[in-house]
Amino acid sequence: MITITDLFKNFGEYPVLKGVNITINKGEVLVIIGQSGCGKSVLLKHIIGILKPDKGKIEVQGKDIAKFNESQLNEVRKKFGMLFQGAALFDSLTVRENVGFFLDEHTKLDKQTISKIVAEKLKLVGLPGVENLMPFALSGGMRKRVGLARAIAMDPEIILYDEPTTGIDPIMATAINELIRELQAKLSLTSIVVTHDMVSAYYVADRIAMLDDGKIIEIGTPEEIRKTTNPIVKQFITGKSTNN
Amino acid sequence: MKKRIYYFFQEIGGMSLFLPQIILQIFKPPFKPKYLTNQLVQIGVNTLPIVSIMALFVGMVLAYLAYLQFKIVALEVYTGSLVSACMVMELGPVLTAIIVAGRIGASTAAEIGSMKVTEQIDALSTLAVNPIKYLAAPRFLAAIIMLPVLTIFADVIGIFGGYIVGVWQFGIRHRIYMNKSVDFLAADDIICGLIKTMFFGAMIILVSCYKGFTTSGGAEGVGKATTSAVVVSIVLILVMDYFLTIVLF
Ligand SMILES: Nc1ncnc2c1ncn2[C@@H]1O[C@H](COP(=O)(O)OP(=O)(O)OP(=O)(O)O)[C@@H](O)[C@H]1O
Ligand SMILES: [Mg+2]
Repeated sequence: MITITDLFKNFGEYPVLKGVNITINKGEVLVIIGQSGCGKSVLLKHIIGILKPDKGKIEVQGKDIAKFNESQLNEVRKKFGMLFQGAALFDSLTVRENVGFFLDEHTKLDKQTISKIVAEKLKLVGLPGVENLMPFALSGGMRKRVGLARAIAMDPEIILYDEPTTGIDPIMATAINELIRELQAKLSLTSIVVTHDMVSAYYVADRIAMLDDGKIIEIGTPEEIRKTTNPIVKQFITGKSTNN
Repeated sequence: MKKRIYYFFQEIGGMSLFLPQIILQIFKPPFKPKYLTNQLVQIGVNTLPIVSIMALFVGMVLAYLAYLQFKIVALEVYTGSLVSACMVMELGPVLTAIIVAGRIGASTAAEIGSMKVTEQIDALSTLAVNPIKYLAAPRFLAAIIMLPVLTIFADVIGIFGGYIVGVWQFGIRHRIYMNKSVDFLAADDIICGLIKTMFFGAMIILVSCYKGFTTSGGAEGVGKATTSAVVVSIVLILVMDYFLTIVLF
């Protein structure tokens, strides 16, 4: 489905991605873990084409999107949903307009139909009835969930989640984990989940990949990752600091 | 110093590359009139009150000062001519543009800048919407349409302000004041004044959108972008005014 080959990215002089190689299969949930600042969000932004690689290939359904122009990219992006780490809700629009944004822009559905779909998606993320609120009136966790509703509003084939459970209470986090699995099971979506939350990672993942120092250093099923011999991975998943 | 010169040319280069992108997006379907009307209201209707107040008082002050000067040489009947010529050719267009730079330039740079630093611009892209088309194109078009309209209001209200002072305060006869106001007004002057404002409007939106889209560095960055959008716009209005005046009049 998605194949990334030798992806390099620098910001100025500062290298972030130093040769990422990874394949994401159709219908799987791939979780990417890694330390804060290691480039997980940057990697996601490459997959949806809002960052261009310095070097390397990003093939989505067999085509290298790194070479695409704006309108070709937009066609590919219509298959993607993305939840941003900071939710990135449009703050001049209501929750309804945020969640219905894609449908309003790219489909000919009428207002009632869009409202109905928006209500449905908001219910899925556990926030029924907030349609008329503005984003500033939402808590951090609520924003995240509205962002999630926006990402799934157009029933994408591929969803990118940037830390879906960060800043959300444990009960709601479980609900979101279940939602990720459910979407995958029902619609056989392909999902890429970036997270620090190992509970969530083990719950949702078909495979887990660890990004460290600009490279994927380990990839495997949750079972394999749990039994890893790689000291960096072991340290990360058990949460032990090297200082003590 | 070297860095500043480099920065200066970088900005000029950036803006001149940005302009064709906006123009391209204006002509590229799909067209969404909804976004244009929103901006027409923002730039036109919502700016009208402040433009009116500015024009009224500028017209009044002009008439007052002109009257005092003309009186010395016993030509006070020409007060109206001076007010209308100044308003139509110079003050109406330039002051309106400066007010729009302050009001719309600032809000545009701040809004787009904060969308940039909170990844809303990226979010637009992921939703397959071109951010320049969505944010810059309607503003650009609306400014080109609305600046002349605002300026017409400013011209008329300014002339009325002069009338209040000339006729009601100093007692120049109504008919004489009106005749002298109109006598020296050529349609060409009015139109050239309005054409100037289209350039001002386009430039204000170009500068403020560019500043917004290139914002970095959180809330502080948004503040800087906003300030520099307004400062650069106002300076450019004054510089452009001189050259446009030479070309047009
Ligand atoms: N637009 C940018 N310009 C310059 N540097 C950037 C930019 N985006 C990211 N970086 C840098 O790239 C590195 C990786 O950032 P990224 O946001 O991908 O981290 P992350 O792995 O998602 O971390 P976290 O878990 O904290 O979200 C950081 O050091 C960051 O400073
Ligand atoms: Mg991140």
